[in-house]
Amino acid sequence: MTERIERHHYDVVVIGAGGAGLRAAIEARLAGKRVAIISKSLFGKAHTVMAEGGAAAAMGNANSRDNWQVHFRDTMRGGKFLNNFRMAELHAKEAPERIWELETYGALFDRTPDGKISQRNFGGHEYPRLAHVGDRTGLELIRTLQQKIVSLQQDDKREFGDYDARIRVFAETTITELLLDGDRVAGAFGYYRESGEFLLLQAPAVVLATGGVGRSYKVTSNSWEYTGDGHALALRAGATLINMEFLQFHPTGMVWPPSVKGILVTESVRGDGGVLKNSEGKRFMFNYVPDVFRKQYAETEEEADRWYNDPDNNRRPPELLPRDEVARAINNEVKEGRGTPAGGIYLDIASRRSADYIQKRLPSMYHQFKELADVDITKEPMEIGPTCHYVMGGVEVEPDSGAAMGHVQGLFAAGEVSGGMHGSNRLGGNSLSDLLVFGKRAGEYASRYVDSTEKRPAVPAADVEAAVDAALAPLQRDAGENPYKLQQDLQAVMGDLVGIIRRKGELEDALVRLAELRERVAKVSSSGGRRYNPGWHLALDLRNMLVVSECTAKAALEREESRGGHTREDFPAMSAKWRTVNLVCSLDGDKVRLEHKPLPTMRPELIHLFDRGELSKYLTEGELTDFDGSVTEGAGK
Amino acid sequence: MGEKRQFKVWRGDETGGDLTDYEVEVNEGEVVLDIIHRLQATEAPDLACRWNCKAGKCGSCSMEINGMPRLGCMTRMSTFEENETVTVTPLRAFPVIRDLVTDVSFNYEKARETPAFAPPEDLAPGEYRMQQVDVERSQEFRKCIECFLCQNTCHVVRDHDENKNAFSGPRYFIRAAELDMHPLDAREDRKTYAQQHQGLGYCNITKCCTEVCPEHIKITDNAIIPMKERVVDRKYDPLVWLGSKIFRRRPNDDELVHAGSTSTAGPAMSGAELPDAHQRTEEQEVERGVNWHRRPAPAQLPAVGANGRLGVSEAAFDRSGAASPFGDDVEFPMPPRDLNYAHPDQD
Repeated sequence: MTERIERHHYDVVVIGAGGAGLRAAIEARLAGKRVAIISKSLFGKAHTVMAEGGAAAAMGNANSRDNWQVHFRDTMRGGKFLNNFRMAELHAKEAPERIWELETYGALFDRTPDGKISQRNFGGHEYPRLAHVGDRTGLELIRTLQQKIVSLQQDDKREFGDYDARIRVFAETTITELLLDGDRVAGAFGYYRESGEFLLLQAPAVVLATGGVGRSYKVTSNSWEYTGDGHALALRAGATLINMEFLQFHPTGMVWPPSVKGILVTESVRGDGGVLKNSEGKRFMFNYVPDVFRKQYAETEEEADRWYNDPDNNRRPPELLPRDEVARAINNEVKEGRGTPAGGIYLDIASRRSADYIQKRLPSMYHQFKELADVDITKEPMEIGPTCHYVMGGVEVEPDSGAAMGHVQGLFAAGEVSGGMHGSNRLGGNSLSDLLVFGKRAGEYASRYVDSTEKRPAVPAADVEAAVDAALAPLQRDAGENPYKLQQDLQAVMGDLVGIIRRKGELEDALVRLAELRERVAKVSSSGGRRYNPGWHLALDLRNMLVVSECTAKAALEREESRGGHTREDFPAMSAKWRTVNLVCSLDGDKVRLEHKPLPTMRPELIHLFDRGELSKYLTEGELTDFDGSVTEGAGK
Repeated sequence: MGEKRQFKVWRGDETGGDLTDYEVEVNEGEVVLDIIHRLQATEAPDLACRWNCKAGKCGSCSMEINGMPRLGCMTRMSTFEENETVTVTPLRAFPVIRDLVTDVSFNYEKARETPAFAPPEDLAPGEYRMQQVDVERSQEFRKCIECFLCQNTCHVVRDHDENKNAFSGPRYFIRAAELDMHPLDAREDRKTYAQQHQGLGYCNITKCCTEVCPEHIKITDNAIIPMKERVVDRKYDPLVWLGSKIFRRRPNDDELVHAGSTSTAGPAMSGAELPDAHQRTEEQEVERGVNWHRRPAPAQLPAVGANGRLGVSEAAFDRSGAASPFGDDVEFPMPPRDLNYAHPDQD
């Protein structure tokens, strides 16, 4: 072998430089460990900057009745009780400390009149709970963590004369493979995007913080980085993924023009008079009112239109049906050929409200589309469709430590790449606090793990050679397909067949097509050289996107119910039986294996935060009997 | 679909390059970054360009469009005439890596040299109290998405590479101003620092930075000018001077993190090669005997940096001497087949 490989030694390698990764790195460095941070983009550009709403933490600044128990309850409700209760508990308890800590790093949140951190209302949260900075909370969070890392580097410079002495950021670097010594993590192999040169980081502990999987979908709010790298690395290292069927879609994201594709259109456009129309100009939602909602929703356009001004004497317009009903209707119109050329439908407020009214009621929407795309929403309808936003599923972890389950040691995961915390659906604001709470924990426990290892694991040279060969393969083939074409095809399969509304036949079809794509991706070729070659980088990412997509499709086919971010048209109801089950994916050779695993049972003091009436919507008869038993027992004492 | 439009895109690397002509389909409502993506997906799959959020929030897709520093994702095609050729070039103030990607490490070095937030010692987390009106001044500067367009357009460094050592640039002036205006920052010397170590004096207030800022931060008016004034206040106002002598011991200059100190760029490529595989069991090794025909793997070189020295992180490694010249994955005694020994009779 003649490839040059740059070698480094670290105690902890953190893959991913978004909120979770940076928080983990800070914690490991504070524990005295030498830390490498791998950033796929430049330092400080990670997807965390996109978060607008805020970070949920029960600090009780806006309403003193708020506390961790209320936050825990809201999180479990949002996740439809499929959450790992211990993660939801830790998250609710520790989020306030993590937010306050950011202030000592220099963060400047918006304030209440008495000078505390201001908290705003958000869907699903009982009290105003989201710490925020205007609509750029994510940017504040990542910049604060970035600057804290710089400040630690300045400390190290004073002590050792070198900024990089204990934390080094490897910017624009992609990890393609984790290397193992038996079942212990031994290091990470990857390449510098700039030069195409390889590097090998030897370390006993690796923290995955790579974010989500949205790039496998045609319409997504996610950036190019979101190719499920961490999910795939974990699988290949012997770890397991859970809840992969649960993806958060927003029913109304822009699909055209391309400059704003994936950007979310707030639900209030419909609340303020916007209606959904198909390519024939027909207001189609009247055809999609399910029987259970028939009584609350208008049957004619006239009645619906009267509701906006006189809600007491008229029934609601069907555009305001629950999210999944709207999504199903849009999906069906498009599938039956009444969609727009870009595969969406029209959301029209322009022909129904005056320009003044729209600008006054929806100022940020108006400016966003005007500035980004020169689309004037007061003059023309918007082209919208379901948009992939967040993946609830991810690496199955031990709740307290973030250590990956399965048969691998020394691997940790935090943030969007880990699973369990959000159950089947994530509440807005819970992702920023999630990555702080579990980023810290992963960094802390990775450091402890390093302390407990007596002998540093060794990297098998043959595995390094194999990783080099795999990385160079797309450049050495010249007859294969263009990676961009393959990505488009993968996105089409996932978008059309494993999208927001799922059906058995389509999911089976998706698995067949994914298997075909697997053959084609194995033969992908990219032109050009190794220096900053995005085609080559995409060719290497495709393998990860594919295996993660397969997990999602398999789990979606298996779970025969609708819950949170998983909607099956053939099984539209939530099933108490399925609530007790997690679907766990692992890799057997190169095949995805799916297993059922029982959900851990909630501790009595936690389950008693809910009343029986609410629990009866989620729990099986057996579980309810146990609950009743524990109530009597509690009373007996 | 859309019509064809003319583009010129700079292609090349640090050794040189040229504008390449492309004819690309443009649709209504598209931005320049969409066109770059279309080029990548069709005739130029290896066209290098940074991007992330595609919504003007991350500051990755900085480029020069018809000579103007812009974000590719925020530059609408409708702002050009239909028959106008759109020329896209990399940021001029930074060294080119490939095509539209430049080496922006200058900015990260300056970030490291800017002293960080100093938390007040007497406040525990959760005890911070600040008024909205007081945090808003700093919040304006914290809107910065670090696109570095201001750094690129600033004439102090744009055509004067030699000034880069002494000049931090507008991005780090607003960072200094942000901390100066932070209601609870414990450090008192932000202005002095900006003047003495960041090269604030080079700026002659041409406001180019403010003009290119996609976040519309009033860099010159709200940060640079107040910082300049305040520096003057402190230095020449006798009362302020006296007060600072009597009531507050100002931090010694020696404690400052000095500007222009060399930062190691980290170990560069060192011709390190890997030793060959040694996966077999001892028994198999003995059976096989010594493989005389094996090409001995060259010893692994230490990962020295650009300055020819070992990085501190490697030198401070708990095994003295850092990486083993045989490779760290080697167990001793080494299996015979991995010995770097060629028998004299070997052909």
